[in-house]
Amino acid sequence: MSSATAEISALVDREYKEGFITDIESDTLPPGLDEQVVRAISAKKNEPPFMLEWRLEAFRRWQAMVEPSWAHVDYPPIDFQAISYYSAPRSPEDAPKSLDEVDPKLLETYEKLGIPLQEQKALAGVAVDAVFDSVSVATTFKANLAEAGVIFCPFSEAVRDHPDLVKQYLGAVVPQGDNYYAALNSAVFSDGSFVYVPKGVRCPMELSTYFRINAMNTGQFERTLIVADEGSYVSYLEGCTAPMRDENQLHAAVVELVAMEGAQIKYSTVQNWYPGDAEGRGGIYNFVTKRGACRGKRAKISWTQVETGSAITWKYPSVLLEGDESIGEFYSVALTNNRQQADTGTKMVHIGSNTSSTIISKGISAGRGQNTYRGLVKIIKGAEGARNYSQCDSLLMGDQCGAHTYPYLEVKNPTAIVEHEATTTKIGEDQLFYCRQRGLSEEDAISMIVNGFCKEVFRELPMEFAVEAQKLLGISLEGAVG
Amino acid sequence: MTAQAVVDYLAAQQRLEPELPAPDLPWLVELRDGGVERLRVAGFPSLRDEDWRYTNVQSLLKKPFEMGSIGQCDVDAAFVSRTAIPSLECHRVVVVNGIPIPHLSDATLVPDGIRVSSLADLLVSDPGRLEPYLGKNLVPDPHGFTAMNSAFLGNGLVVEIAPGQVFDKPLEIIFVASAATESTMAQPRNLVVAGKGSRLQVLARYVAIGAQETLTNVVTEVIVDADAHLTLYQLQEESKNSFHIGGLFAKLRRGSRFDAFAITLAGGLVRNDLRVDLDGAGAEVNLRGLYLARGRQHIDNHTQIFHNEPGCISHEHYKGVLDDRARAVFHGRIVVQPDAQKTVSEQSNQNLLLSRDAEIDTKPQLEIYADDVKCAHGATVGQLDKEALFYLRSRGIAEETAKRLLIKAFANDVLLAVSPDSLRDHLLTRVEMMLAD
Repeated sequence: MSSATAEISALVDREYKEGFITDIESDTLPPGLDEQVVRAISAKKNEPPFMLEWRLEAFRRWQAMVEPSWAHVDYPPIDFQAISYYSAPRSPEDAPKSLDEVDPKLLETYEKLGIPLQEQKALAGVAVDAVFDSVSVATTFKANLAEAGVIFCPFSEAVRDHPDLVKQYLGAVVPQGDNYYAALNSAVFSDGSFVYVPKGVRCPMELSTYFRINAMNTGQFERTLIVADEGSYVSYLEGCTAPMRDENQLHAAVVELVAMEGAQIKYSTVQNWYPGDAEGRGGIYNFVTKRGACRGKRAKISWTQVETGSAITWKYPSVLLEGDESIGEFYSVALTNNRQQADTGTKMVHIGSNTSSTIISKGISAGRGQNTYRGLVKIIKGAEGARNYSQCDSLLMGDQCGAHTYPYLEVKNPTAIVEHEATTTKIGEDQLFYCRQRGLSEEDAISMIVNGFCKEVFRELPMEFAVEAQKLLGISLEGAVG
Repeated sequence: MTAQAVVDYLAAQQRLEPELPAPDLPWLVELRDGGVERLRVAGFPSLRDEDWRYTNVQSLLKKPFEMGSIGQCDVDAAFVSRTAIPSLECHRVVVVNGIPIPHLSDATLVPDGIRVSSLADLLVSDPGRLEPYLGKNLVPDPHGFTAMNSAFLGNGLVVEIAPGQVFDKPLEIIFVASAATESTMAQPRNLVVAGKGSRLQVLARYVAIGAQETLTNVVTEVIVDADAHLTLYQLQEESKNSFHIGGLFAKLRRGSRFDAFAITLAGGLVRNDLRVDLDGAGAEVNLRGLYLARGRQHIDNHTQIFHNEPGCISHEHYKGVLDDRARAVFHGRIVVQPDAQKTVSEQSNQNLLLSRDAEIDTKPQLEIYADDVKCAHGATVGQLDKEALFYLRSRGIAEETAKRLLIKAFANDVLLAVSPDSLRDHLLTRVEMMLAD
């Protein structure tokens, strides 16, 4: 795998160089960030005045903040003035003309994941002139959604077409000044998704960013807002198992979820950004703020994530359990190989009565990876009858990796029952021996044991995602043992 | 507030420095100056420090504590016999405001093989015995209180156990906080060196006389040499007006074993920092803690175990019961260093909340840099089991009695490991007394 990643690295580096040539294009702002840049971004997107004000407020707050340093990760300081905060989608001339120009190792990975040819082209960034199949799929998709009354569109479109909804909910869960990266995102966010599910509607299909073709290449400062009105249900899939090509090193996304009375939001993520080469050079910094609020009674928000990519992951999908009997769930598999670092976990804040939360976190460390679970379970004084169960297990592969657990439990109400348990082990020699003895190769045996370790999380994923996630884990671990 | 307290205490240190024992001993001066410098730079901790985010020391820093003396000491033989644990056979040493009191101690009766000395005396008479150990167990950047203890380093108790000596009778040390006037502080610095293959139980009790406000800022350094077995009971029995900041820093060598109990039954604001370094292969540490808090008590147990060598074992088991407006903090950090393969480590923290206004903040942490390890930790917060309560009530036991029984059983879990029996009985009685009012 290390040679494969090195070659992918070469590919990414090449792209990056070419990215600079497009500087002359009028649609790319020069590197640097000041108030003018924020105004320019807003102007380029034809945003209404309230949006600009909101961005400027966020920018002012960001200026007064300092970069957080408490996470268990290590990276050189980021020069925020060296980043270009707006670039229009790359022009097709820069992209590879056909799959022949794409790194064969990358293609090999796609092959292993069983990705259809047309999708491979899209993922590798091949310029496609002809309308390919999934566009028509997407069209039918949109028709179905419209019939159900579900709004699913790029964020910038929502700002234009549904300004009242955006005004009402933007920043309602993650305010502009929430943290350093959320403030930065609020000031300069490029685009993202907006979802509104009306009262009593069960969204007829899984919503996936993958089908939102017209809003590709918005990865760097993505902003997602999902509102599920009373009694509705929506399942949202983010990311994709195939390694995504991306030339931006810093990613600071914000995801806000709002679930009203009796509503359910299921948010699944598979994150496989470029992790850097075996020595940890390059690779994406993924600093994400994700938070959901259960606003009404019996609301439910469920986060499921499979994190295998990025050089550094810094992400704590959280749930504010405001409504009585509301439920928060967090299921996570985080894998770090080579020199990857992940500091991830969740926050469950119990505010209403009889709220409950479940946290299942599985960390796998291989190579020189450092994997940290950091979580908070907070039961405020008025939260009667709160219940939490947390389980954080770590699997170690290789003697130079690390696995760390930092749970915070803050309980201010005596009727709460809070349980946390964590274990750290390596794959047992006896387990391996048992599998080998029955004719499994070492690699298959490890893959099987690891998948068993992660089963509790995978079963929360939508079916086809779960299958891909299993394959992905196997590929990410190739060469980690033996 | 914090800045002013730093200035005040540094000024007090300067006034006192010429009177401290052995003022020209180079290594000692360096140790004291290091403390002064660290306190000047770091100041006292505040809620903004990650390690102190749940413990506010402002109430403590607002008060001008003065170093206590034994000038007007009201501790006498009667007090000692009143305080003594019934039917516990032991060797007893009494330390008042950080100063060992020979005439209240039966140090002469301590058998050969254990040397109990006053730190001040030893610094003058035979400092060579202290030099290899004193200050060596501390972390390079200790918090303000530990730094202050080093800055004021002058007296305390030194216990040396000769190699190969095994003792059944425990050594009891009673640390009395005695405030003849308002706001007295004591900063004892203790050292326990358990020689190779030796074995001893030490019972360190912290008590207060009178109801004035006192601050005990104690640092104890422990060295457990190869194959030795040291047991240390730390009993917090001061008053609700006591502030207690305790630092215990232990280093364990090859094949040694250290059992430490932190039992907190009193004290207004108690913060215990405990750090154990497993520095030799096959060393074992067992930490047990029990805290019962009520009223407005605040109890913070901060423990760190470092597995630095392969094949070491650590067990940590802390339990707490919180009533009224009491608040407790548990922070348990276990670090397994890259070479510490074959580590076995287990940690648990369980808490019972009995009242609406009680609060617990618990933070178990595992940091693992080796792969061939077996580590687990768990934390729970809950209330009395309704079904167990119902079971007892259905058998005709009054609700209050049933609750007491269940709490006692919860606490007993930690106390069962205590020996000798007379000490365990004393602790059980204390727990029962607390539950009875």
